[in-house]
Amino acid sequence: MEAKILALLGENARMSIAEMAARIGADADQVRAEIADLEKRGVIRGYKAILNEDVLAEEKKVRALIEVKVTPRRDGGFDQAARRIARYPEVKDLFLVSGSYDLLLTVEGESLQDVASFVSAKLSTIEGVLSTSTGFMLKKYKESGRIMQNDEEYERLKVCP
Amino acid sequence: MMKNMNDSKCARKSLVADHIKDLPKSGIRAFFDLVNTMDDVISLGVGEPDFTTPWTIRETGIFSLEKGHTSYTSNLGTPALRRAVCDYVRENYNVSYDFASECLITIGVSEALDIAIRALVNPGDEVLYTEPCYVSYPAEIRMAHGVPVVIETHVDDAFALDPEKLRARLTPRSRVLLLNFPCNPTGAVMPRENLEKIAAMAIEHDLVVITDEIYSELLYEGEHVSIASLPGMRERTLFLHGFSKAFAMTGWRIGYACGPHEIIDAMMKIHQYSIMCAPTMAQEAAVDALRNGRQEMIRMRDSYHERRDLMVNGLNRIGLKCLMPKGAFYAFPSIRSTGLNSTEFAEKLLKAERVAVVPGTAFGPCGEGFVRCCYAASSQDIIAAIDRMGRFVQSLKNA
Repeated sequence: MEAKILALLGENARMSIAEMAARIGADADQVRAEIADLEKRGVIRGYKAILNEDVLAEEKKVRALIEVKVTPRRDGGFDQAARRIARYPEVKDLFLVSGSYDLLLTVEGESLQDVASFVSAKLSTIEGVLSTSTGFMLKKYKESGRIMQNDEEYERLKVCP
Repeated sequence: MMKNMNDSKCARKSLVADHIKDLPKSGIRAFFDLVNTMDDVISLGVGEPDFTTPWTIRETGIFSLEKGHTSYTSNLGTPALRRAVCDYVRENYNVSYDFASECLITIGVSEALDIAIRALVNPGDEVLYTEPCYVSYPAEIRMAHGVPVVIETHVDDAFALDPEKLRARLTPRSRVLLLNFPCNPTGAVMPRENLEKIAAMAIEHDLVVITDEIYSELLYEGEHVSIASLPGMRERTLFLHGFSKAFAMTGWRIGYACGPHEIIDAMMKIHQYSIMCAPTMAQEAAVDALRNGRQEMIRMRDSYHERRDLMVNGLNRIGLKCLMPKGAFYAFPSIRSTGLNSTEFAEKLLKAERVAVVPGTAFGPCGEGFVRCCYAASSQDIIAAIDRMGRFVQSLKNA
């Protein structure tokens, strides 16, 4: 039941309780209780919309992917530096990864200058941070499993054998 | 002497051959035309997956074009596809065929069935098949100058073929038995014990069995048994299958036939003269479906499974009694409780609530009292359609 609810929410976090209940074959109260429990246990941390900012008319925010090399600490590994970095509201996502660098961040700012100054004034000065490499995002093609570009509409037959 | 034009007009025969003139158009066609005049219809009337072909398969089709593989293939189909098909059939249906002489790639199962019947039936031979059935079966038999012999299946038998009903229809002219399980439109499957009895009868009466197993991957309960795998049946069975349903490849038009060399060779003659070969890029994409499409196929099957429960439970809740079908993607509820016949029900439902279902009679007269609801529609559409149908059924009671 838990796995099914998470799969449905992953598909569409705004799915109605009634639809989830019908699709799982449970009753609405059970589904509601299960979701409350998932939230309480911190499995579900929040719900947010997947946006295609390119369609927005107003000024867009600047986003960057930043690779960070960190010296691990004897007692805390990468966690201490990572926790510090994570506290900045500019940092939207943060992962520890394998490969030629250690942490991968997405950072959002009002302008290129804004992001650049965050990197030089805040990120680089954190204890343990050895180097950073910033790549500004130019265009988003896909996020969270959703492709941003709409395909041409394609109509199937309404009735066929 | 020149003939008077009016005279020649009077004397003119029909432009169309008698057996085609007498052939009825598919019952689905008329309904399709009606649905197409309306907007905002929730359609449960389709007979195909609502998924787009998995990307890996599409990409392989594109790559085939990119490489310039645009010529004919061998009449039988590419050796790579025939090998992959024979491996797949052996692993999943427990029957082995030689890719070089016992496998033919066709334009969907539709072509395979057409050329199979043409290859097997002498004029006047009887072809037994079950109804309700896919719309083309009786027409295919008539077009090949065979005699269609219907064996009705009933809701009480969960629409499976009762071997005793088959026995009752056997005559000295019986030549071919055509099976389709899981079944379009009923979603019925055949229990192994029924198949064993039918196999024994086929051997006793020297019938050839054509088994259209296009929905066999879309099975939600129990095991799928191919009659071709039963003892003594391989040499008298033609196994038909394709990529349309399980791999969501209806528009690619790739099917296949596996069977004894003698039959495949005869079908190949018809195929070679009328079709030449199946499309090259589609054959190459089909190889990828078998190699890399399994995971996506299972994901789609699980999704149909979930939607089956949603549809069938919903139909029963609103008072349209419906068996839980074990395979395919069709629910076949009874609408007898409404007092309407199938066509009236479908037309009134369409006009009143804009939900399209297909009258059961499109699949044979014994489909009267039922409609086909395809659950290869989005969950939201299914939920909305059930709501609307519930309102419609209620309005009939209040009237």
